[in-house]
Amino acid sequence: MRSVASRTSFRRRFVNGLMLGLTYVAAGVATLPLLFVLVYLLAKGVSAVNWSYFTSLPRPPGMGGGGAANAIVGTLVIVAGASVMGVPIGIGAGIYLAERKGAPLAVFVRFLADVLNGLPSIVMGIFAWELVVVPMGHFSALAGALALGAMMIPTVTRTTEEMVRVVPSTLREAALALGYTRWRTSLRIVLPTALAGIVTGVLVALARVAGETAPLLFTAFGNDFWSLSLNQPMNALPLQIFNYAISPYDDWHAQAFAGALVLIALVLIISLLARAATGRGFARASE
Amino acid sequence: MPASEALARARADAADLAAQPARMEVRELNAHFGVVHAVKDVSMPIPEKRVTAVIGPSGCGKSTFLRTLNRMHETVPTARISGTVLLDGQDIYAPAVDPVSVRRHVGMVFQRPTAFPTKSVRGNVAAGLGVLRSVGERVDVDERVEEALRRAALWDEVKDRLDVSALELSGGQQQRLCIARALAMNPGVLLLDEPTASLDPLSTEKVEDLVRQLREDITVVMVTHNMEQAARVSDQTGFFLHGELVELSPTSQLFTRPGDTRTEAYITGRFG
Amino acid sequence: MVDEILAGPPGEAEGPPVEPAQPRVGIHGGGFGDRIYSGVITLSALCVPALLLLIFWVITKAGWLALHTFGFGFLTSSQWDSVKQQYGAAPALYGTLVSSFVALVLATPLALGVAIFLSEFAPAWLRRPVAFLVDLLAAIPSVVYGLWGIFVLVPFLRSWVMPFLRDTLHLGATPFFSGPAYGPSMLAAGVILAIMILPYISAVSREVLMAVPRSQREAALALGATRWEMLWGAAIPFARSGIAGGVILGLGRALGETMAVTMVIGNRQEIATSLFAPGYTMASLIANQFTEATSDLNLSALMAVGFVLFVVTLLVNAGARWLVWRTSLETSI
Repeated sequence: MRSVASRTSFRRRFVNGLMLGLTYVAAGVATLPLLFVLVYLLAKGVSAVNWSYFTSLPRPPGMGGGGAANAIVGTLVIVAGASVMGVPIGIGAGIYLAERKGAPLAVFVRFLADVLNGLPSIVMGIFAWELVVVPMGHFSALAGALALGAMMIPTVTRTTEEMVRVVPSTLREAALALGYTRWRTSLRIVLPTALAGIVTGVLVALARVAGETAPLLFTAFGNDFWSLSLNQPMNALPLQIFNYAISPYDDWHAQAFAGALVLIALVLIISLLARAATGRGFARASE
Repeated sequence: MPASEALARARADAADLAAQPARMEVRELNAHFGVVHAVKDVSMPIPEKRVTAVIGPSGCGKSTFLRTLNRMHETVPTARISGTVLLDGQDIYAPAVDPVSVRRHVGMVFQRPTAFPTKSVRGNVAAGLGVLRSVGERVDVDERVEEALRRAALWDEVKDRLDVSALELSGGQQQRLCIARALAMNPGVLLLDEPTASLDPLSTEKVEDLVRQLREDITVVMVTHNMEQAARVSDQTGFFLHGELVELSPTSQLFTRPGDTRTEAYITGRFG
Repeated sequence: MVDEILAGPPGEAEGPPVEPAQPRVGIHGGGFGDRIYSGVITLSALCVPALLLLIFWVITKAGWLALHTFGFGFLTSSQWDSVKQQYGAAPALYGTLVSSFVALVLATPLALGVAIFLSEFAPAWLRRPVAFLVDLLAAIPSVVYGLWGIFVLVPFLRSWVMPFLRDTLHLGATPFFSGPAYGPSMLAAGVILAIMILPYISAVSREVLMAVPRSQREAALALGATRWEMLWGAAIPFARSGIAGGVILGLGRALGETMAVTMVIGNRQEIATSLFAPGYTMASLIANQFTEATSDLNLSALMAVGFVLFVVTLLVNAGARWLVWRTSLETSI
């Protein structure tokens, strides 16, 4: 009897250990591609990231040098434009979802926001093309900003909702008891308390759209020259990386790697800022 | 204290309460949450510049009752109310009355400190003053802040750190800050909903001292689950059970010679 | 004081007053502000369905010409010929489904492993860094994966993985792993998609695993189960539909992913059984051909592809959300 018991338990322990080991392997394998990508980019791109990369315009292949100054500025401009369109709507919708959590419209909007979040970015691209580029008759940064702004809405909406929801209802009550009206309570007390979290949500959305290429292919389109006009085609870092990567020229490839490094750095900086903002928010909420 | 002396004191207190004009008066008040009938047919005068305590077991409707006095009850979605609540002779539930302005005159402090986390000490006390200014009242903020903090017996402790975050104060200080915030509005009536429930004994004592001082110039209604506290600070006490006001008597009488057997059962610890 | 209260014109009460003796007329500052505020946030919320509806309408309208011209044959024809003005999306549809399927096959077990590791087995000191690295996978832009795919993954598959699968493992006998190893291929697209969707599947699975009530776990452990038996017997069945939702969410991402796929799939309008052969996906077809569209019908055909992609991802996402939502309901009971 005793030996049977111990044999079974050995088999079971073995399975347990095996599975535990496999999950370790899975975790290892899953993080490998990230390391491969980062190491490769660093190896290939670091030498091309220099002063002129940040200050010069793109040059034709074979001439050497050149940079992505207009693409970097373009990315910032387009993303700023996207925020102007996406952030206010997202925050407003998020507050609505948090304040009317059970209302039928809120349930419906919440569901659609999640569905919108999963729409392919290329679909946003052709949408903005049809809506802006076709009537205007030419590509423009504005169309790109519209595509990215639409992509930001669901992310900002859902994080705002979550952050407003964790503000204790007692604070809301205290403000009402002081004679605050509802809108004053929301804008002066609830929103400032949730601000750190909302900032995080906005930054996460920014980080996501800053790296998007597909929605810009037929909207901002790209531009080899300086342009700050929203009404004109504009270069963006992801566009330049794509165009250089599929080109046959070695010096453009090097620039593509440099661009990828800069883009990842940009995205990571935004993500880290987002984490920092949340950290502050948690410290406050836990008191 | 001999029985005759207690009786004499209860009589004197009753006379004193009767002599005070009623700052507020509740008549046949009923309050519901959805299907729950939380307050049933309650009538109660609230004499001016006296402390009224409301006691009773958990879920007896005492907090809901308190929240009907400044129309906070109706901020809950399914809340309904009927009856009359007079403030200086005027029904605060009359159709022409704005609930927001009722709350400016009837302040409220909650069970747990509700200091606004994004505001400084000064900012918290001044939080309601903007509301006053928006309705055209002229307010000297610094003066009002200092006065309110002094009345809340907090000034000496915080006068050198008015600009730090309110969350840096201790729990007891935060609660007195909330009282100061309510006092800054110069309310005629102050509602306290178990104001010491989350405080340590020392802070509790400070808040109780404060309530006794406030009695000098304003009317206080305080919900408490602590009978000793009601006995220490209040002039009259109402005992609630299952949404009904079982008994309303001068405090000195209610705790020594309760008029209802259910009150007696409660204060002698037989339930609740 | 009372005069002052009554002097204030009637405002908006938060709850219905008992017996409104008269209709409340006039607008008080507070009530007016509240109405504006409420209107603004409601309008913002309505933007979400409005946007979705607008996207649907704009794309349907733009693709209508092609959908109308080719009818159902648009989905079954393999011709994409701008000279003959014949357009069929079958290869792109096929490529989208196959590359996403390959990605799911590769990513799901790994993602589940990571999720179980992070929610159950990982020592505390490893949990945060590993979770951070896996999350970071989702932060890398698609175009960067494509860049890496062109220069590292594709050559690696061509020189090592494809010969190994075909010759060493003798899988060349099956139609799926046969033929010349071009490099840019359905397999490359599947692998890169797997990397990209892994963090999404693992994040959702991890969340639903963590949401399994303690009581369920403890009940199993109290019966003498090992941790694995507890997981397999109690936690995973409980989280099953949530995990399925996560996988389908990953599928939605894979179906619509554009840049990385465009850069490694080879872009050929043909249905080939072998994963070593180049192919096309709906998203990459649009990305590649849109700016070169020669005629209205050609452009409309691309829009129609966008329409199909929109509808497919919409359904997939709605299904996934529904599954995740159902799990969260169950676990909250």
